[in-house]
Amino acid sequence: MKNSQTYIESGVLELFVYGTLPEKEMVEVAQDVSQDHELLQEVVEIENKLLHLAKAAAPSEPKGVSALREYLYNIKETKVIPLSRKRTPIITFIGWAAAFILLAGVGYLYTENSQLENRIVETERTLLLQESKTQIVETDLNKTKGLLNIIRKQDLITVPLGAQAIAPEAYASVYWDTQNGKAYIDVQGLPEPPEGKVYQVWSLTLEPLTPTSIGVLDQYDVAGNQIFELNNPNESEAFGITLEPEGGSASPTLEQLYTLGVVSAS
Amino acid sequence: MVNHNPKLVVYFMMTQPDALIDKFLLKDPASFEKIYELYSESLFGVIHSVVHNQEVAEELLQDTFIKIWNNSDKYNPEKGRFFTWMLNIARNGAIDKTRSKDFKNQKKNHTAEYFVDILEAKGSFNTSVDAIGIRKYVEVLEPLCKKIIHFLFFQGYTQKETAEKLDIPLGTVKTRNRICIKKLRDIVGVV
Repeated sequence: MKNSQTYIESGVLELFVYGTLPEKEMVEVAQDVSQDHELLQEVVEIENKLLHLAKAAAPSEPKGVSALREYLYNIKETKVIPLSRKRTPIITFIGWAAAFILLAGVGYLYTENSQLENRIVETERTLLLQESKTQIVETDLNKTKGLLNIIRKQDLITVPLGAQAIAPEAYASVYWDTQNGKAYIDVQGLPEPPEGKVYQVWSLTLEPLTPTSIGVLDQYDVAGNQIFELNNPNESEAFGITLEPEGGSASPTLEQLYTLGVVSAS
Repeated sequence: MVNHNPKLVVYFMMTQPDALIDKFLLKDPASFEKIYELYSESLFGVIHSVVHNQEVAEELLQDTFIKIWNNSDKYNPEKGRFFTWMLNIARNGAIDKTRSKDFKNQKKNHTAEYFVDILEAKGSFNTSVDAIGIRKYVEVLEPLCKKIIHFLFFQGYTQKETAEKLDIPLGTVKTRNRICIKKLRDIVGVV
């Protein structure tokens, strides 16, 4: 292109660098410039001048690239991994925290629950124990009340039985309900019978001295009231208690006489 | 990647930071940073001369470089210079901004009207060597030159639009502009 100078003088290269030519012309000029070193040199000069002029028109130095840097490097990653990546740690944290709290809560409730269950079982046991105790007490009370009622009867004959040589500390009482022919023997004051032996209660008539067995106290219970109810239809004048082999004897073993008392004439 | 015409490549190699541009076109952030360093202040000047507001201009400059980064694959050297491509993005973004509603509402804040006002303002507040050079820009430019360069380069008007705006014959716009730019040539050598 021999007329490069004319080309340059036309002023089209300035407009080419401004980028204000129609697109078709832009392509044409770009082509011409690429093929002519003179034109290219001119373009470079124009470009440098404009860079300087525009720079001079800047009100100040712009912010550094650092403001964009975050965007630059982020954009590469965000294309592959979207925003959620940034949020993940928080969500994960909340998730784990929630899971932990839930787990801790479940654990706490489980412990609390089993503790409560244990307490219920214990309470139930205590209650059962208490109930049976109450039953025992009630039974005892009823028994005692019954006995008290018997003793309160007007026509009851009370016979204190005194200690004999074999056991100086022993004593007993007989409450004799003559109307019903029942005798209540209180043996609280008697020592516990040895193994294989039982107390036997005798009704006695004095003239002549005749012992009649009215019963064997084979249901001896240390913890109980020690009051036995026996049938006594006899015209008793005295009562005695002897220690006999198990099952009792036909006649009293006098060597083993523990207590003896005479029915006082009323 | 753009399919370069081999001849074009040879020429651009000599005159543009072409290795840099090639790397940038491959989305290399470090190259982008270099390009920002080289061109940001000039583009800032162009944008500011359109919007006349420093804050807005700063924002637009950031937008411009984000667009440059995101659209790097659209640059075609067969249609013009790399600088021209960036210049168009900057200028168009700034012009779009001036047409937006929120921008029109805050028009009071606008500072200088022409790029030369900035040149003058800068020159009077600064006594550095740089400022002296800037003052020379202003001194050598006739009023008509300032206007022509303002419309053609900073505002991106076509020849026809510029002719109408300045009420001069269409045929003289191109040549008159050339004369004005020629005057700048001497100063650039000094600066």
